[in-house]
Amino acid sequence: MSEQVIAKDVTARQPLVRLVKRDDMVWWKAWLVRLACVAAGLLVSALFINGITHLDPLAVYASMIRGAFGSSNRIWVTLKDMSLLLCIGVGLAPAFKMRFWNCGAEGQVLIGGLVTAALMINFGDRMPTGVLLAVMAAASIAAGAVWGLIPAFFKSKWRTNETLFTLMMNYVALQLVEFYVDIWDKKQSHSVGVINAATRGGWMTYLFGQQYLLNIIIVAIVTVGMYMYLKYAKHGYEITVVGESENTARYAGINVSKVVMRTMLVSGAICGLAGFLEVAGVSHTISSLTAGGRGFTAIIVAWLAKFNTLTMVLITFLLVFLDRGATQIASDFNLNKYASDIITGIILFFVLASEFFINYRLVWRHRSTEGK
Amino acid sequence: MTENVAIRLQDITKSFGPVLANDGVTLDIRYGEILSILGENGSGKTTLMNMLAGIYFPDRGQIYVDGRPVTIASPHDAYALGIGMIHQHFKLIDVFSAAENIILGLPGGERYDLAQVTRQVKDICTRYGFDIDPGQKVYDMSVAQKQTLEIVKILYRGANILILDEPTAVLTPQETARLFAVLRNMRADGKAIILITHKLNEVLELSDRVAVLRKGRYIQTIPTASATEQSLTEMMVGQKVTLDIERPKPKDPVKRLEVSRLTVYNEDGIKALDDVSFTAYSGEILGIAGISGCGQKELLEAIAGLQVVQPGASITFDSPDGSSKQLVGATPRQISSYGVHLSFVPEDRLGMGLVGSMGMTGNMMLKDYDQGRSPFLNRKKPRALAKAIRDELDVMTPSLDTPVRKLSGGNVQKVLVGREIASAPSVLMTAYAVRGLDINKSYTIYHLLNQQKEKGVAVIYVGEDLDVLLALSDKILVLCNGRVNGLLDARKTTKEKVGLLMTNLKTEGQEAA
Repeated sequence: MSEQVIAKDVTARQPLVRLVKRDDMVWWKAWLVRLACVAAGLLVSALFINGITHLDPLAVYASMIRGAFGSSNRIWVTLKDMSLLLCIGVGLAPAFKMRFWNCGAEGQVLIGGLVTAALMINFGDRMPTGVLLAVMAAASIAAGAVWGLIPAFFKSKWRTNETLFTLMMNYVALQLVEFYVDIWDKKQSHSVGVINAATRGGWMTYLFGQQYLLNIIIVAIVTVGMYMYLKYAKHGYEITVVGESENTARYAGINVSKVVMRTMLVSGAICGLAGFLEVAGVSHTISSLTAGGRGFTAIIVAWLAKFNTLTMVLITFLLVFLDRGATQIASDFNLNKYASDIITGIILFFVLASEFFINYRLVWRHRSTEGK
Repeated sequence: MTENVAIRLQDITKSFGPVLANDGVTLDIRYGEILSILGENGSGKTTLMNMLAGIYFPDRGQIYVDGRPVTIASPHDAYALGIGMIHQHFKLIDVFSAAENIILGLPGGERYDLAQVTRQVKDICTRYGFDIDPGQKVYDMSVAQKQTLEIVKILYRGANILILDEPTAVLTPQETARLFAVLRNMRADGKAIILITHKLNEVLELSDRVAVLRKGRYIQTIPTASATEQSLTEMMVGQKVTLDIERPKPKDPVKRLEVSRLTVYNEDGIKALDDVSFTAYSGEILGIAGISGCGQKELLEAIAGLQVVQPGASITFDSPDGSSKQLVGATPRQISSYGVHLSFVPEDRLGMGLVGSMGMTGNMMLKDYDQGRSPFLNRKKPRALAKAIRDELDVMTPSLDTPVRKLSGGNVQKVLVGREIASAPSVLMTAYAVRGLDINKSYTIYHLLNQQKEKGVAVIYVGEDLDVLLALSDKILVLCNGRVNGLLDARKTTKEKVGLLMTNLKTEGQEAA
């Protein structure tokens, strides 16, 4: 009798819930979990919206959708935003796959944008636009590549920490931009203004009358190309091996330093190209806000997509949709941007949580004891 | 009968995800006895004992200590009940002295009385025959001393039930004998001692009773007196196995690899290899013995072109076609471009020999993915090779693209050894090739090595189990602190002789042939 009493006490002290690692989940189940999490996120956001602002959640969601797809112009802007973010995410993919934490996309974009702007300002009226575009693209790629190569070189040579190094390179790029903005600023307005507004020299060519179409096509090509590069090319194989274990790479006869530098060259180059697309294709100006934090948002994109560039398309869509939607509800309902950012945050949080539920299973106390 | 029962396990079940590690285990442990828990890797021995030590909590079942049902939810609970476990990986603070480690984590005020601790520790030592210096820092201790310290630490905390997880894995034969002597003293003192092991000779030598686990299930407990190696193996494996390792006579051995004056400093700048010279012959297995960390890893890596070698060394490869190549200073890729077929099964399988996130196919091409001029990979040949190895060596994998990290230890090793053998090597180096493998898989590996030997491959086998080294090798090279401390004919030497050479460095001029 007394034994039983103690035995009960024993079960009472069991943890309420335990985590158990799952086996691999079938892909469609994993996607169901992700979908369920997004739905749960929407639900919690709805509660938040209703509780704090007393607005109708459905109206808010409808406004978000309007913000992203409400008109053909808005759809093009959404696609443009996606392409810019995606391009940087794709640029980060090879570096991250190699476990080289390139946190310097922001600076690589800026430096690419800076050389683009410099060429635009100096040669906008002296070169045919087609030639100038090619020169600007090449120069921005080269500038981004150099910005990526420097930390990789130092890491290979002296084992410096790439996270800190790439971060610091961002500030170097930022200061350079500020410096040149002051030089190019003719009206003491602390901005360059729209470059070649009258001549449109060096502006990205319109395709079928669409301003952003060429941008989008270029990014699509880069995205698919990177997918193939990582999956089918020998370089991609080397990147995976180096990322998995440097010792394995050395064992396989791979020159680790060479692969690290080459991969960062590619990573920086694509981020540099993103700077070109932003300046020549979208804003036609340069400022310290040109990269707009996308260099960091792209880190989220790369991680959520597990460095698969095709999955990145979906992730960028989600992020851009949330961002565009948040802006729209801010104006539609006179909310400040923070309220809409909270909604974005809640949904993102749930998306992240889905990965947890895909990898782990919860075991509740009663389930483990009831078999007795 | 129940009077001296220290612990009773009743229907203990524990699962990790879909893996049932322990399935309804019921078992008694008595005071004044040494009980061996015998089972292959993955049979659930350590999991079961971890539940006694408070590291895991059973899904189902009840533990009784001294006849009372108890909850052991943390290592603290275990200590309070007098249960102490010595893990395979020691849990000591390097920069603390022995005495400081012993009192670490014990309740008490801000101040403690080290002098008194030292006295008590000395007391325990004389009682059971331990030999430790309470003031010695842990970083100055040998592996055996650290283990002793762990045991003393647990006794100091008043443990009456001691669990030792594969305690002899890191010890030389002489150290093992010393450990067994103190364990016998503790048994005489009335302690309950549980020995987790998969070594049959230890079970027979030391324990009173032996409990056998197989694939998480409790098979039975028998008095050791009525057991033999053969009967225990069959209980453990569940089928008849032959325990003899074959050793064919070498067929016209030729000099294949000559290492001379090899000196290597490791990453910490410490001399890992000191003036090592030896020759490996074709058609022979050269066993390399030594306590762990005596330069085995650096030796194989230096030959494979993965270590920086000090000037003055030479590693000469005499090809079967008569040409001769110098390997010092060459990278792995250069070595293979010389046409030297050097295969290497490193100790760290997933950290060096394989890419854990890739499947079998991806791993097959690790060393020759670069062949051909195309910038893209050719997966045809590696896929065919992966298929062949899977079928030939019976690799259990859901698919050829399942990440090898997800395979069991034995299957991972089959993939690695399979690939290295498939390249038709003339020198095959293996480091701890059977570590973590069960008996049947170990014998598969021994058999594969013998096949290579008969094909005329010079096999270099770095091992830790001296019984196996003595049974499998033709010659045994003993390393001690990075120096060659003897080259023995494996057919004529004894385990004790090898053990002595592993620990006692011969002085200059004493070189015996």
